[in-house]
Amino acid sequence: MQNKSPQPARDVSQIVDNSAHPSPATPDIQQLTGAEIIMKCLIAEGVKTIFGYPGGAIMPIYDHLYDYQDQLQHILVRHEQGATHAAQGFARASGQVGVVFATSGPGATNLVTGLADAMIDSTPMVCITGQVFAHLLGTDAFQEIDVMNITTPVTKWNCQVTDARELQAAMAKAFYIARTGRPGPVLIDVTKNAQLQLTDFTPYEPCRRLRSYRPKPIVRPEFIEQAAELINAAERPFIIWGQGVLLGRAESEFKDFVEKSGIPAAWTILGVSALPTDHPQNVGMLGMHGNYGPNVLTNQCDVLIAIGMRFDDRVTGRLDKYAKQAKIVHLDIDPSEIDKNVKATVGVWGDCKETLPLLTQMIEKRDHSAWIERFHDCMQEEIATVIQPELHPEGPVLSMGEVIRNLNELTQGEAIIVTDVGQHQMVAIRYAQFNQPNSNITSGGLGTMGFALPAAIGAKYGAPDRTVVAVIGDGGFQMTIQELAVIMQEKVNVKILILNNNYLGMVRQWQELFHERRYSFVDMQNPDFVAIAKGYSIEGQTITERQDLKPALDAMLKHNGAYLLNIMVGKENNVFPMVPQGCGVAEIRLK
Amino acid sequence: MKQEYTITIYTENQVGLLARIAMIFTRRKINIESMNSSPSEVEDIFRFTIVVHETEELLRKLVRQIEKQVEVLKAYFNTNDEIVWQELALYKVPTDIIAEKVVVERLLRTYGARAVLIRNDYTVFEVSGHREETDKLLEVLEPFGLIEFVRSARVAIIKGSHDFHERLREFEAAEPGESVSTNAFLDQQEAVFSM
Repeated sequence: MQNKSPQPARDVSQIVDNSAHPSPATPDIQQLTGAEIIMKCLIAEGVKTIFGYPGGAIMPIYDHLYDYQDQLQHILVRHEQGATHAAQGFARASGQVGVVFATSGPGATNLVTGLADAMIDSTPMVCITGQVFAHLLGTDAFQEIDVMNITTPVTKWNCQVTDARELQAAMAKAFYIARTGRPGPVLIDVTKNAQLQLTDFTPYEPCRRLRSYRPKPIVRPEFIEQAAELINAAERPFIIWGQGVLLGRAESEFKDFVEKSGIPAAWTILGVSALPTDHPQNVGMLGMHGNYGPNVLTNQCDVLIAIGMRFDDRVTGRLDKYAKQAKIVHLDIDPSEIDKNVKATVGVWGDCKETLPLLTQMIEKRDHSAWIERFHDCMQEEIATVIQPELHPEGPVLSMGEVIRNLNELTQGEAIIVTDVGQHQMVAIRYAQFNQPNSNITSGGLGTMGFALPAAIGAKYGAPDRTVVAVIGDGGFQMTIQELAVIMQEKVNVKILILNNNYLGMVRQWQELFHERRYSFVDMQNPDFVAIAKGYSIEGQTITERQDLKPALDAMLKHNGAYLLNIMVGKENNVFPMVPQGCGVAEIRLK
Repeated sequence: MKQEYTITIYTENQVGLLARIAMIFTRRKINIESMNSSPSEVEDIFRFTIVVHETEELLRKLVRQIEKQVEVLKAYFNTNDEIVWQELALYKVPTDIIAEKVVVERLLRTYGARAVLIRNDYTVFEVSGHREETDKLLEVLEPFGLIEFVRSARVAIIKGSHDFHERLREFEAAEPGESVSTNAFLDQQEAVFSM
């Protein structure tokens, strides 16, 4: 606990100097390097898995990691972006904080996409980047980049450590901020001198409070009362929920609320697995490619109860045509989300794990089956025009929907489905069955192609006992295809399902519908994915025929280890329903 | 309706926080008319004063986004009616002109200018006031060989802030869970985090 006064950062020569004058021996205090302190902090925070890539400025950390391999499992990715997505997949499957190591300069800039994805999808993640020696900061040194300013817009919090004495507090703060409140990514940039510097290590104390940071707003009972009044008086209330329910681990509180209220409930793509797909009050998906009923009836309900969701434009369509007739109750842990896009009649600030039970207590038990029936009527119409032809196509060409239907029949809704971005994502999330929470992992807000493969690897580490199926398009797969090497090296048991139409399908669909079929640079000449998988010692096959579909999926799932199944699907199939951009949700098109 | 608003932000002292706050404005392409940072009446708490010309609805959203930042304690926005504010301007004028021309001397008196430096070749005057006042003096001095001019950002006091200090203290004390940190490093954050 000595040497607390501020001092300028040291260079290596001073580190030797430092070790020559150790502090007076106290039983609790050890002298350790900054790099080793990071190991101690990670272990104390319960971290067991790290995704990373070494390099010059982070070598002291990797040098110590070598000695801690029995406690900290390090997964060597093939590109730093892969590390961030793997950490995201890990976090989303396990509910724990994902941890990433990367070096300075290009190592750090490669994290930016993953940080942005984790930021917009509220995923808890701690990234530790190496940085050049403190005395080289700002000198355009080799692999030096202004990581702090580059990552500020894409982190919940970031911090540069130039002195090892700051490390323990910074690490504690990082984990606290990443996982509390509305979770998010945090980055700590550690200069090489701080990694090498010897300093005191006292027993690790997790951070429990920050002067300026309120992770959860204090719940105000008057707003709960107002919300309950609106709900009790409603004739056609409608619940829409998002990832907040999962992040708050409030699935059972949510289920209680839904069941007592008797209100139909629809989900955003990040919220989907919080309530089982086959729950009688689960009426389906919201948004651009959501179900017909939830979109149309958003504009007919009288009270709209939004829980842990942020009214993204892909959910609301045109805002001035969105639920104008309804009173809005908005529950969110982040006060800045209330009134951001949709003005709330009653904004209930707080953690939904706390607010939902209070609300459940105050509402009357109701039966809204006549109103739910209207969702079912819409569903019948959607089944006839969209779902039946998608899940049971008559022509010879395979559809994405029938692949997911067959997958459901085999996994019975127990698998974790990791999706990339595009048509396959919308189809997979629309039709996949989810029985338990944290089963759907996708890039929602940022729409990051290349997310699925590394995220699936991370998800397998986060939930080793569950089956992990990565559903990926042929475009997105090639954006992070190098992570197949991780699957090979670490023998990660993930199932890779490529829905291959040799097109950038979603862009092509828009070009077909809105740009007079001018297919501008969406046609892809793809490599032989099975041959590539073979190069990485991953088994696989390509199928084109319907009769092979179910046996091939079954073989993939039963295969002992990773497997790649490349399925050739209809080249110009479209995803419907669709709310065209710039239209209101009620203008949803069935074809 | 767009009008001038003054945003007051109470923060901890952390490297990079200025960029984090500025980012909230630049991301929405909002021009910051002036920005000032200073200590506040509370120990270790800093105060930003930012002036923008925007709508009340947008201000409400901006202030929530600002408060969301980890190191921000509290942010407020006020119309000009609700605050008292000043800006400081410095004017560098050739000394001989002031000595020769009575009109210049009278102008300086009228605008309440104070001399902060007098040399044989030039004199530096200081005026504090609202933008219109300092601008007006700039305009009338221009024909008389004004050498240099600079103006500070706005600093403002919220009129209705008599209980503000108390509220800030209360905010600091209130912590859901009440589990007070035992982390020695965090308790001495100033010593630990300064670089």
